[in-house]
Amino acid sequence: MKVDLSWIDYLIMIIYFLFVLGIGWFLRKFMKNANAFLEAGRSMPAWVAGLAFISTNLGALEVMGMTGSGMKYGMLTTHFYWIGAIPAMIFLALFMMPFYYGSKARSVPEFLKLRYDEKTRGLNAILFAIMTVLASGISMFALALLMKNVLGWNFNLSLWISALIVLGYTYLGGLSSAIYNEVLQFFIIVIGLLPLVFLALKDVGGWIGLKAQLAPIATARGFAPDAFTTTWKYAGEAGSNPLGVEWFGILFGLGFVLSFGYWCTNFLIVQRAFAAESKAAARKVPLIGALPKMFIPFLIIVPGIIALALSNDPGKGFTLPPSPGGGPDYNLTIIMLLKQYLPTGVLGLGITALLASFMSGMAGNVSAFNTVWTYDIYQSYIRPRTGNEEADGKHYLKVGRIATVFGILLSIGAAYIASKFGNIMDFLQTIFSLINAPLFAVIFLGMFWKRTTGHAAFTGLLAGFLLALLHHGLTIPEGATTLIKGGWIATLHTYPVEMAQNFWTAIIAFTVSTSVTVGLTFMTKQKKSDEELKGLVYSLTPRELDDSHLPWYERPVGLAILVGVICLVLTIMFW
Amino acid sequence: MVDIRIPIGLMFTIIGILISVFGFVTKSNAEMYQKSLGINVNLIMGVLMLVFGLIMLYFARRKKKA
Repeated sequence: MKVDLSWIDYLIMIIYFLFVLGIGWFLRKFMKNANAFLEAGRSMPAWVAGLAFISTNLGALEVMGMTGSGMKYGMLTTHFYWIGAIPAMIFLALFMMPFYYGSKARSVPEFLKLRYDEKTRGLNAILFAIMTVLASGISMFALALLMKNVLGWNFNLSLWISALIVLGYTYLGGLSSAIYNEVLQFFIIVIGLLPLVFLALKDVGGWIGLKAQLAPIATARGFAPDAFTTTWKYAGEAGSNPLGVEWFGILFGLGFVLSFGYWCTNFLIVQRAFAAESKAAARKVPLIGALPKMFIPFLIIVPGIIALALSNDPGKGFTLPPSPGGGPDYNLTIIMLLKQYLPTGVLGLGITALLASFMSGMAGNVSAFNTVWTYDIYQSYIRPRTGNEEADGKHYLKVGRIATVFGILLSIGAAYIASKFGNIMDFLQTIFSLINAPLFAVIFLGMFWKRTTGHAAFTGLLAGFLLALLHHGLTIPEGATTLIKGGWIATLHTYPVEMAQNFWTAIIAFTVSTSVTVGLTFMTKQKKSDEELKGLVYSLTPRELDDSHLPWYERPVGLAILVGVICLVLTIMFW
Repeated sequence: MVDIRIPIGLMFTIIGILISVFGFVTKSNAEMYQKSLGINVNLIMGVLMLVFGLIMLYFARRKKKA
């Protein structure tokens, strides 16, 4: 499974590294206070923040995982993009961004503090800080392992070098540097993977040829011939599509709870919009990000589907190496495809694209971590503001920089723990991801119902999280062999696939959180006055300035309609 | 601050030149391009990247003048 690289491949990688670090170096002199370092001085144009928004999401685990899912589930994987991202991004842009940005909160936990109270912020900040470190540790481990197995690099060396490069540019230039590099990385990822899609599609005879080759594979597995190349056609019943989930689970679990939980409340993503230069720009950020997002499936999922066809054609000599747990290692799909089709030169570009995706994800984690640490933990509980703005700005800049170093060191630690106890790390990540759905419930209620109280929100957040945990502990997916997949308390219910279990865990978390928050709100007293909630709650905020003099593509609503229509057309085309 | 189009433009111009020259030099190497179905992807992608890089630089320059 080794891929041989030559001097030119390495040269491309080195040029890329130099540019990434160079951007950080260039920006270092603008980092005069914490505001510039942690919030990019709220100065990013909409298109820059929008591409960074989508690039942060396009981490290495996303690229590797989605190509692998393409090979497993076929075109149904696009549900994670079209239904599972676009509606949430439109909602974030039109309905939530005005309150996030208008509140002047510097982070999602801080928004909770402004809208509710200190304890709600504290709970969210701490869980979020742990989650980001875990996530970046796990992706760092995955990348180093890939470099070791496929390129024959030293594991420790790949881990430390990739971490140090990310540290280098985020330490020097803070969030601005992370965002600028994410834009660069976005273009590298797209251009680096483009020749792969083109060649692989040509090889299987285009979309028509691919459909024909997949038909016998689908029927052999007991599905309709076009099960791998359609999205909603066989979603009526869980058993008749490769994903193993029926339309309700997809629509409500993935399309509503999971995706709104992720896109509308995950500070890692939302932070890019917070850095925009104005409220109008901030509202456009998720929509500008949504435009490329809709087409990313063609870049990473379609090659995965082609890999499925190739692996069933003995003449192609394409096989995935086995995974440690048995069965093919789907995470290696993308790199095996790169090896299959790309000659020296563009091969280096493809590998650089993978490295870039890793860095964009990691830098996202690090820049979100240091902001939450500095503002929501350090500034709130360890050393509050003194009132001397200039001295404070310098002090918190220093703290932000130290937090950057610590965040990376903790991630490296997490990566080593993952290499020894991978299962435990996966388990922890599953647990911490359970916080997103309740968080969405609480923020949503807070923005659109002025009565929602702090006590209710805090309890709702906690109850949703605990109930989700309980559900995970009481159910297992079919064929699970370890307790990490669930059932660590008892087994009350068995889901046909893991995906269904995930969807239902999220649905339960959201429902419980919403009902508890609503219920308790009626029993507790609102401590915040209407004046305090101005700008945070829909009904108490003056309407937007009139933007009807702008051309439609400059207006958030115009862009949202464009995004929605394209998404609808894609859905119908691949129905 | 800094116009991000400048570093992006520069990087793609440099890598574009590098890959297209490499593609040009290796264009008679049929064995190497067997993988890519006989297509010289280096030459094609190199030129594409070069064009992309130059467009980025052009827009960055035009904005600076204005």
